Amino acid sequence: MERLSVIIAKRLALGILTLFVISLIIFSATEMLPGDIAQTVLGQSATPDTVAAFRRELGLDQSAPTRYLNWLTGVAHGDLGMSLANRRPVSELIASRVGNTIFLSAYAAAIAVPLSLILGILSALYRNTTFDRSVNVAALAAISFPEFFVAYILVFFLAQTGYFPSMANVDANTAFGEKLYKTFLPALTLTLVVTAHMMRMTRASIINLLALPYIEMARLKGMSPLRVIVYHAVPNALAPIITVIALNLGWLIAGVVVVEVVFVYPGLGQLMVDSVSKRDLPVAQAVALLFAAAYVLLNLLADVLGMITNPGLSHPK
Amino acid sequence: MTSKENGSKLLNLTDIWIEGQSNGQWTPLVRGVNLSLHRGEVLGLIGESGAGKSTLGLAAMGFTRDGCRFSGGSVRFNDVDLLKTSEAEKRRLRGRSIAYVAQSAAASFNPAHRLISQHCEMPVKHGVMSRDDAARDGMELYRRMRLPNPTEIGFRYPHQVSGGQLQRAMTAMAMSCRPDLIIFDEPTTALDVTTQIEVLRAIRRIVTDFNTAAIYISHDLAVVAQMADRIKVLLRGEEVEEAETRTMLSQPKEDYTKSLWAVRSYARDVRPPLAVDKPALLQVAGVTASYGSHDVLTDISFDVHPARTVAVVGESGSGKSTIARVITGLLRPRIGQVLLDGKTLLAHYRDRNREELRQVQMIYQMADTALNPKLRLREIIGRPAEMYLGLKGKQLQERIRALLRMIELEPDKFLDRLPSELSGGQKQRVGIARALAAEPKLIICDEVTSALDQIVAEGVLKLLDRLQAELGLSYVFITHDLATVRAIADDVIVMQKGRVVEQGMKEDVFQPPHHPYTARLLASVPQMDPDWLTRSLEKFTDSLDSPQ
Repeated sequence: MERLSVIIAKRLALGILTLFVISLIIFSATEMLPGDIAQTVLGQSATPDTVAAFRRELGLDQSAPTRYLNWLTGVAHGDLGMSLANRRPVSELIASRVGNTIFLSAYAAAIAVPLSLILGILSALYRNTTFDRSVNVAALAAISFPEFFVAYILVFFLAQTGYFPSMANVDANTAFGEKLYKTFLPALTLTLVVTAHMMRMTRASIINLLALPYIEMARLKGMSPLRVIVYHAVPNALAPIITVIALNLGWLIAGVVVVEVVFVYPGLGQLMVDSVSKRDLPVAQAVALLFAAAYVLLNLLADVLGMITNPGLSHPK
Repeated sequence: MTSKENGSKLLNLTDIWIEGQSNGQWTPLVRGVNLSLHRGEVLGLIGESGAGKSTLGLAAMGFTRDGCRFSGGSVRFNDVDLLKTSEAEKRRLRGRSIAYVAQSAAASFNPAHRLISQHCEMPVKHGVMSRDDAARDGMELYRRMRLPNPTEIGFRYPHQVSGGQLQRAMTAMAMSCRPDLIIFDEPTTALDVTTQIEVLRAIRRIVTDFNTAAIYISHDLAVVAQMADRIKVLLRGEEVEEAETRTMLSQPKEDYTKSLWAVRSYARDVRPPLAVDKPALLQVAGVTASYGSHDVLTDISFDVHPARTVAVVGESGSGKSTIARVITGLLRPRIGQVLLDGKTLLAHYRDRNREELRQVQMIYQMADTALNPKLRLREIIGRPAEMYLGLKGKQLQERIRALLRMIELEPDKFLDRLPSELSGGQKQRVGIARALAAEPKLIICDEVTSALDQIVAEGVLKLLDRLQAELGLSYVFITHDLATVRAIADDVIVMQKGRVVEQGMKEDVFQPPHHPYTARLLASVPQMDPDWLTRSLEKFTDSLDSPQ
């Protein structure tokens, strides 16, 4: 497995490089936001002197490259800086939220991944039947609506009628079962949005293989259609499926922003939206960087899994 | 035949019609063929591609490929009508009573599972044996198929095993349930001659040992002659004739069969030897080339003279195609050089001038992928004429027409066709015309006939030969097929593992004494004599049994 570890090391190095570039983009983007925290906190009536003094206190008077370098050095040392709004360490703010976001993403993934794999396999098995078409149409419909719209539809049908709460207000003391119940609607919203993508990729990757000689061989060996697909096709279709799952998991972590806001869920997405509107840039930057890191790591994981499931790479000649 | 005889038959296909769908239309692929087989009997199916042999072979399992369907007739196997019975019953028979061995074992083994798992799948799922018994039996079958390390090889993945070994493992897999009938669909077509003979021996031995009936499909007569008791010849989905193997070989009745037999004897007239002092057109001088740190060519030297053909023969992996890559400048040699008309060619094609590039053209093995599917013949052939010779307008159109006539395709009919509207042989002819358009002195032909049927291949060889006589072209002819070498070469280079083991004039190379490798190559080419394999089998067994 010598080769595999070398590949992983290379990908990791590339991932760090990617994160570096992203940090630059994030910093430039936040620089472009109009107004700053001093203005926001002190209000319109503050005198220019007060604003300037406050800015000096926060270190905002330094040039942008200096602030970027300070920030980057801090991040490299694990220090995400201080929130400008309430002078607490950013890492502390994030720590209280990151668990919630991961919980919600994992919850959605736990429903969406098995669901889309099973639907994908079944629609490949019953390809071109009414079942296949209905599943595809339903999945496409779900993905075609923006997630806030899906969220409101679910609220309308499932929360207005009193089955599930429309506010996912959980805290550290909420019991696990209650948490599952309270966050069901946001998780369902996320599921509806990501399932189509994964399911269609599963179906397409399997069907792509069905014309290959080894699939014909399996049929000529007298194997049942289900076994032909599950044992002979799926293992060879894993790499593209895993890649799409990783992309969607990345989206589940980073893309929850809107859903968290709609359901008032105390996750990273909420934190990011709040800190952007307050111009609390260190917090917004840290969250954005965290989202990017999640994407990079998940894609790295997908690459590695893809290689492990390929006997050509995991069992060299 | 009487109905009583019918009853004793293992397999009976009566008036089979199979249709295939293309562009929304159903066209017949197999037209009313009858086929019957006794227990333990081997029937050979012969024909060109498109003759319907594979379709017919699969029909014996009650199976059609996607886009095909039965439109008439019956398939009776042991008194079960496979066309009327349920899917579940057909699945029960497939693998267990009728097994299949595919053309490309490398593509027909699932890359995701170990050989032994794929082997055991059939006996276990059909309830014939437990997994442990099946694995033990598998190793025994591997041993009988003369696979190396029979107890260990099953734990490898398909990509870790060579093509010839995979083909034997696939035959072992087909045997796993001890079926009554095995369909062999061109099992050795993709193999080198020296590997082919090993596989043929193993198949022949195991089929005899278990008294298994078989349908042996091939386009290669000499191979079928070794394996079959009877031979059936197919042409465009219809039976031409059927007879006992020996009768069929000695007294073919139909013209088509006779023409198939005649192809094998094609040979160009022997040309007089060269005058000694004539300068060579192309000189390959002491070339060593490598991919990475691995040498694929070691110290290769040879000359190609004007209007002569040099054939480069060897098994796959012998480095013969790499020579073409070095001559054309696609691969830089590590040591040595290539000279054209006595002038050194720069190692990389990008550094060569247009005139040098024009002189050396190439024709490829797979005409299918070597022609741009989106361009019409006018553009495919016109482009090199325009680029190298600067022809334009009417002159260019005249040249394209002349080239098409040269390759015996009617310009008015073919000018505006796409490659997809051509047959395999026509595509290869277009490949030739494209090479000719540059008016080269040397054409490198890389396995140009190996993807073609014998009759079509013969046509292409005759065309190349005529063009050589008319235009004074030189050819470097890369091939693994000794029959082709015999037909067209002046000089022969025999390669093994990147080295030249023997080179010289064809008459000398084909005359004993041979280099041991050349001798092995020659001995491996199947002969039309039906006893050829039996004799080589005896020799083989002797050498196995003899004390070390």
